[in-house]
Amino acid sequence: MSRNRVPPGSDEEPNATPNQPSRRRFLQSAAAAATVGVAPHVHAQTQPATSLPTAPPAETRAPEPPRPVTLNVNGRAYTLQLEPRVTLLDALREYAGLMGTKKGCDRGQCGACTVLIEGRRINSCLTLAVMHEGEAITTVEGLASNGVLSPVQRAFIEHDAFQCGYCTPGQICSATALLSEFNSGTASTATADVRTRPPQLSDDEIRERMSGNICRCGAYANIVAAVRSVHDGNA
Amino acid sequence: MDAISYERAVDVSSALRAAQQPGTMFIGGGTNLLDLMKGGVEQPVHLVDITHLRGLDTIGTLPDGGLRIGALVRNSDAANHALVREQYPLLSQAFLSGASPQLRNMATVGGNLMQRTRCGYFYDTAFTQCNKRQPGSGCASIEGQNRTHAILGASSQCVAVNPSDMSVALVALDAVVRVSSLRGERTIPISEFHRLPADRPEVDTTLQPGELITAVDLPPPLFSDHSHYLKVRDRASYAFALVSVAAALQMDGNTVKTAHIALGGVAHKPWRASIAEQMLTGQPLTDARLRAAAAAAMGEAQPLSGNRFKVQLAQRSIVRAVNQAAGRTGGVA
Repeated sequence: MSRNRVPPGSDEEPNATPNQPSRRRFLQSAAAAATVGVAPHVHAQTQPATSLPTAPPAETRAPEPPRPVTLNVNGRAYTLQLEPRVTLLDALREYAGLMGTKKGCDRGQCGACTVLIEGRRINSCLTLAVMHEGEAITTVEGLASNGVLSPVQRAFIEHDAFQCGYCTPGQICSATALLSEFNSGTASTATADVRTRPPQLSDDEIRERMSGNICRCGAYANIVAAVRSVHDGNA
Repeated sequence: MDAISYERAVDVSSALRAAQQPGTMFIGGGTNLLDLMKGGVEQPVHLVDITHLRGLDTIGTLPDGGLRIGALVRNSDAANHALVREQYPLLSQAFLSGASPQLRNMATVGGNLMQRTRCGYFYDTAFTQCNKRQPGSGCASIEGQNRTHAILGASSQCVAVNPSDMSVALVALDAVVRVSSLRGERTIPISEFHRLPADRPEVDTTLQPGELITAVDLPPPLFSDHSHYLKVRDRASYAFALVSVAAALQMDGNTVKTAHIALGGVAHKPWRASIAEQMLTGQPLTDARLRAAAAAAMGEAQPLSGNRFKVQLAQRSIVRAVNQAAGRTGGVA
């Protein structure tokens, strides 16, 4: 994303003070630098309606100004003034002020931005906020209830499943969804025969199912142990 | 990302009308489109959100015993649908081989078909040469980094490969793509949906402007007992195929009654290995015959400076995938 084309206010930090923005900006840049190139080609999907290379920009449509968009995040309604191009990730962080969800690569390659929509894990960086009005969004801030950490959160602490912690909110959201996916019988490429329910959540199954979350500190062994412990009921 | 306007379509006809404006694109899961927009590769001015179109997010049986998968079914839901897993395990395997769990939860079946055939030079606008991104500008891959690029069906204009796993399985299964436009409906055999680059590498598919994919139809299941999707990649997970093989067989004892073999990671479109299929059909499956068929499948391969390894890798992958599909234990060519 070429930052000089982004007008002020859309991708900037609303609460930035002269002393603070550089730190967060540094972390974003550092995380991006650490993850870019890890998966240079992301699988993805779109449906162009027209062949664009020769299509001139339409003069009849003007970019839309910000408009109120109501998002249901962690059981609370947030009405935000958003342009259509604002990603769900940026809406959560820069507009709703929920900084738990992290921006790593911002291109769907690292998983740091993983949130749950109706309980399903997605990359919040590759979707538009405006597409999610009316849906139940859960971020890492919404996993604990009444001040009690969720089993996955407790397991990550008990198993020391992180070092710097930047990927951790995404890892925890992803692991939370993984456990419900497995319990509902879903298959993975680690499943010997997709025609049958995978018999057990082996470490290979956990690694495959967590492969959308990259940890540059390399805490994978402890992440797998944390996920396994929750599944085994030891958390 | 450049500023855009946005609307949410409620039914197919309103989506099709909205798409008449130049610069308009449909957005489904958005996982490829938004990525390309962030990089300045795609620059739509208006997005029509089709994720709320009614009736396109279901999977159901067809009168002939086949299966219709709605265009808006998410990849993860298609992969884990009971009928897909039981009757088309090849397709389920292919879905599960693609991308990551998060992306599969977002990506739609129609969008998977429409993801761009691409390479790193297409993605990086710092490189001025890319005939796919800017027709006539040249191809930086042919003399540049081309380890992951095509060995079959390429042109002097473009050597990119299509990254879809799903599409490789659909080709082996003889699927049919259903599309709608303001002119009506039509069907496109999956083997004719994606195209080779020739002298128009900027065009990935035969879908016409203004057309919308509504479903993918599968023929009745013939291969549920003998199929295998093999994906060979640099990492164990979450990476594109260097080579992939979708093998679907009908066996009579050790004799191959029918063989469908499609390859991924080798061409601008999923590549049907028709010659290999013919050599196997009606014959007992032996190691020698299988190796010969795999070699014949690469008979027209034209590797680039950085991807000669793909020719042997593809042969070995065909041998292994067909053996797996047939329930044989052999593997190494």
